[in-house]
Amino acid sequence: MVQRISREEVAHVARLAQLALNEDELDAFTSQLAAILDHAADLEALNVDDVEPSTHPFPLKNVLRVDEPGEGFEVEEVLEVAPEVEESQFRVPPILGES
Amino acid sequence: MNGWETVIGLEVHAELATKTKMFSSALNSFGGEPNSNTDPVSLGLPGSLPVLNEKAVELAIRVGLALNCQVQKSVFARKNYFYPDMPKAYQISQFDLPINKEGWLELPDGRRIGIERAHLEEDTGKITHVGGGGRIHEASYSLIDYNRSGVPLIEIVGAPDLRGPDDARDYVSELRSILVTIGASDGKMEEGSLRVDCNVSVRRDGAEELGTRCEIKNINSLRSLGRAIEYEAKRQIEIIESGQEVEQQTRHWDEAEGRTHKLRSKEEAFDYRYFPEPDLVPIEPSEEWVKEIGKSLPPLPRDRRHLLADAIGVEPTETSLIVQRDLDTFALQAISSNADKNRVLVHLENNLADGIGKLTPEAFASLTVMETNSELTATQTKTVLADLVESGGEPQEIAKSHGFESMDNSELEKIVDRIISENSDDWLSYINGDETERKKKSGFFVGLIMKETSGQADGKIVNQILSAKAES
Repeated sequence: MVQRISREEVAHVARLAQLALNEDELDAFTSQLAAILDHAADLEALNVDDVEPSTHPFPLKNVLRVDEPGEGFEVEEVLEVAPEVEESQFRVPPILGES
Repeated sequence: MNGWETVIGLEVHAELATKTKMFSSALNSFGGEPNSNTDPVSLGLPGSLPVLNEKAVELAIRVGLALNCQVQKSVFARKNYFYPDMPKAYQISQFDLPINKEGWLELPDGRRIGIERAHLEEDTGKITHVGGGGRIHEASYSLIDYNRSGVPLIEIVGAPDLRGPDDARDYVSELRSILVTIGASDGKMEEGSLRVDCNVSVRRDGAEELGTRCEIKNINSLRSLGRAIEYEAKRQIEIIESGQEVEQQTRHWDEAEGRTHKLRSKEEAFDYRYFPEPDLVPIEPSEEWVKEIGKSLPPLPRDRRHLLADAIGVEPTETSLIVQRDLDTFALQAISSNADKNRVLVHLENNLADGIGKLTPEAFASLTVMETNSELTATQTKTVLADLVESGGEPQEIAKSHGFESMDNSELEKIVDRIISENSDDWLSYINGDETERKKKSGFFVGLIMKETSGQADGKIVNQILSAKAES
């Protein structure tokens, strides 16, 4: 059977997520992800020509909230989880490139 | 640049004027203490779930309708990337099914610029790069404020229909004006509520195919937009003229250096792995809701330009400045009080740039009539206008208080005759001189007569009298 995902693709996705995987981990995740894709591929056995594509399992739409302020966090509370703090902000290592 | 055409398409992000964030009830507000407007959703804490803000959807539909788009059933999608401005490692955006698609915007000169889509997404936290003079590629560390994280945005993607820095600036001004008019955004570029990413490519004149484009980020003002486009077009032309090829890149505008820097190439471009957001259900606005929103839209800048232009009898290009200054209603009121239409246009454009103060449309109308009837000279009119703006009142009375009473023409003629007889040599050169000489002498006589009448004579009429006398 053809492997549904290559080791290179797994390495690429790991890099996008900024995950450092060693060689053993790469092998392990490649076979695990391939197993998941095999499982999903079972759907290919079904004829879905007459089924409209859906984006959500629940038949719901327009679930909306009124634009009214609610309770948020105190600044001190938020900054407790920051690795380092400067001027009420999260201080992080330099980042090259932009989002 | 000669022989080259610059092609520009803009992506404009505007923060929507809601009270709270897109997916949670934390405040959407600018300028507070960093990290003071957050909650589990804005910080992307595990287990938190987004709930869509109805007002954000309504404002997005307002934008879509104002830009002549089709409003459609839409779905949110996750745009995955790893960066500390987005702690949950994805941004909730829209991908293949945006809420608005295929519209257009009309520039003041009447050209229609295509709008490909206008979709909803959440804003990210704000990162400040510290060290290296704030430059992104030399920073020693970064600071993050999550107040902006989750603020609702509309991203408006324009077609590559713009052809130079002026076009780009006109487009952004017009778009900003529309967004502010319909109450969708405050449109403040200086506060980052309106941000522009700019796609630039160049091609030889007459070429059909588009060149390879670069996307420029970090443009913070209309001025930077123009400068960045000029720089980037020149850079690309130089590359092609030296026999090389432009590489598709994302570039960063550096305002201080006046140049763009490469951020990443196409190969390094983010692979966002979009997929439908499982935590949110589709939005399918009912026809009634869309219709109701459409009815609640105020007249748009384009309609207002046309309305005033038709009332005056000029092209809409000429009324665009007045609409931008929000003085078009005032102009129409003055016109319906029988103002001279052309003087209305001239004064509103040139002499009322700082606002109308206490000037009423009726007083303004009377003043333009006095001016066109030559009861006041151009200079006197300006003086009276300034007084009306400053303290209100009636133009007739203000003119009188300045001693600007119109001169009887027969009285003026007597003065002209006397001045001529007192300066007979100059008069002869006026009559017999060539055009230059006549102009010089005409200035001389008008000056003397103005002095004699303490500036009450109308220079135009004095000139008419002088040339009539020269011919008799």
